[in-house]
Amino acid sequence: MKRKTLRLYLVLISLGLLGTATALVLNAFDRELVFFFSPSEIAAEQPAPGRIIRLGGLVETGSVTKLGDGATFSFRITDLKASTSIAYRGVLPDLFREGQGVVVQGTFNESGNFVASEVLAKHDENYLPPEVAKALKASGRWQEGAGTAASPAIVPGASSDTGGEGNSP
Amino acid sequence: MHRFANPGRFLRLANRIQPWLKALTALGFLLGLYLALIGSPPDYQQGETVRIMYIHVPSAWMALLAYLILGLASASALIWRHPLADIAAEAISPIGAAFTLLALITGSLWGKPMWGTYWVWDARLTSFLLLFFLYLGHMALLGAFDDRGRGQRSAAVLALVGLINLPIIKYSVDWWNTLHQPASIARMDGPSIDPSMLWPLFTMAAAFHVFLLAVLIERMRTLLLEAKLRNQRLAAFDRVQTEPF
Repeated sequence: MKRKTLRLYLVLISLGLLGTATALVLNAFDRELVFFFSPSEIAAEQPAPGRIIRLGGLVETGSVTKLGDGATFSFRITDLKASTSIAYRGVLPDLFREGQGVVVQGTFNESGNFVASEVLAKHDENYLPPEVAKALKASGRWQEGAGTAASPAIVPGASSDTGGEGNSP
Repeated sequence: MHRFANPGRFLRLANRIQPWLKALTALGFLLGLYLALIGSPPDYQQGETVRIMYIHVPSAWMALLAYLILGLASASALIWRHPLADIAAEAISPIGAAFTLLALITGSLWGKPMWGTYWVWDARLTSFLLLFFLYLGHMALLGAFDDRGRGQRSAAVLALVGLINLPIIKYSVDWWNTLHQPASIARMDGPSIDPSMLWPLFTMAAAFHVFLLAVLIERMRTLLLEAKLRNQRLAAFDRVQTEPF
């Protein structure tokens, strides 16, 4: 065998082995590599109170309320199978609205309620001009997130379609 | 491919096409920036912030493409010992690093108003940061040895090992749940970007491709001339040493 053919096989075999090793490692760490848990995963296995976790899903339509003090929000996050109620005191990001994906970070307290210290909006992969989005909604061909009906309701306090600067703390 | 692996032939070809590539880059960016900044609508949710995407997405693509070129050049340098492959690998890594940094910065600037944070340690963002470190490592290794050949070989091995990161970056948003949104263009059911935004994006992407090629050829040309100069100096030095007094 010529030397360069030998080197070619050597490189290919090494890359193959390295790829396999990486795949095995990533597979083993699968649970650690997820950025957030879903409400169903939480429902199946309630984490210990005080442990910091991230929880992600869609903001349940009609669940957002502002509590008496004017700065604490209460809402439910759903993955359409299970849902978890969240309390958050602070400023919500621009994209936070009902039906929109969010990721919250925080802990469960003793009574089993999730208290978030940070709320991040998750943007979906759809890019549309406003008038097209409006037309799609009007014709009923609109699908959002995992299939919930979009709600035009915007959370009180959060600014609407401006985009511009963030109003987060 | 082997025909163009000859440095002299490469230089002649590069000198001929380089003015065209530069003109095409300027034209592409002029048209692309007009479409991206003026000729395209705001997004229904992101508003005007969507325009960051026209820089962010092509930069990220170029960062990945540059690494693919680096990997292929490194492999052919290691296996077939092409003199031009080492030059290409050395030329591409700072370019790739620059595009990676640009994608990281623009993504971060987009993340603050949209997500509510500049940075999170999710799988996509972390693997992309790793790509930046791979480029830096490649550049550092190249210059870490007195013997240039050893530096080139170790850097090439690092580049090949780092190739594993490319599919991880690409599929991180599918394999794990991340804060970063999933793919909008390479999808089974077609792009989820409206055509009025897709075409400006493709125009920008085309401009970025030509730009990458132009900068790569320019850097390769410079590195080749540097090598030529080095050899001439060495030869002159040898002549002085061997001349009888």
